[in-house]
Amino acid sequence: MDSVGNIILYFVVAIVMVVSAFLAVTTTKILRAATYLLFSLLCTAVFYFQLGYQFLGAVQIAVYAGGIMVLFVFAIILTHKPNEKSAPLLPHRQITGIAASVAGAGLLLFALFKMPLVKGISLAEALSNDSAQITMSDIGHALVGSEKFQYLLPFEAVSVLLLACIIGGVVIARKQ
Amino acid sequence: MDLSILWYLVPSVLLFVFGVYGFITRKNMIAMLISLELMLNSADLNFVIFNRYLFPGSMEGMMFTLFAIAIAAAETAVAIALIINIYRSIGNTNVTDIKEMKF
Repeated sequence: MDSVGNIILYFVVAIVMVVSAFLAVTTTKILRAATYLLFSLLCTAVFYFQLGYQFLGAVQIAVYAGGIMVLFVFAIILTHKPNEKSAPLLPHRQITGIAASVAGAGLLLFALFKMPLVKGISLAEALSNDSAQITMSDIGHALVGSEKFQYLLPFEAVSVLLLACIIGGVVIARKQ
Repeated sequence: MDLSILWYLVPSVLLFVFGVYGFITRKNMIAMLISLELMLNSADLNFVIFNRYLFPGSMEGMMFTLFAIAIAAAETAVAIALIINIYRSIGNTNVTDIKEMKF
């Protein structure tokens, strides 16, 4: 049985997340779309906190809501005039989009509600498992260890990837 | 009332289909990238939810999401560099106006 506070928090966050995601793809002003995306990402971070992954929520806020959103706003300001509205949608594209998303939603929700896998425990039960509490030292050991279920190689690969993408970004975006 | 796994998966599904809708209907490349981020975000959320409910003793889903966030940051940086370069050469960022390659 979950606490009432958790359920209320869940509903508030879920509604804000879905509504802002909807507005992010339908609004005509691009800077507003970026702001709605920011709200959606922050609500996802709240979900991570609620599910007991505090470090992941902090990373989500720092990298996504902090870093990527700054990149988006930077790019929008560089490539758009102030108050520029996007061109009206073409009707055939809109029909394709609605058809694809309604069909996808129907298929995914059908699969979800038919799947026997997902009948089960509540959030409080999942969080009360003995090994469910992840401490910072667990994450540190998993990130820089080289044994089973430890991630030294992907960690180093990501650092090389970030370096390559910094150099690539500078080379692509500089003036000729 | 219990917050079972379905309560978390349904908003994730909605996030994904809104991303699909935006990716198909938008013409502006930055708006398409925003829709792409929504889809990526819903996939990340799914990893974490399944990790929490089905395998609460391990943290592989969390680690996968951690690396996915890092790679998403790299991907967005390169995509935005490309978009700025395209804006310099053709003056806007609509996908319908990009018809020629350099070579």
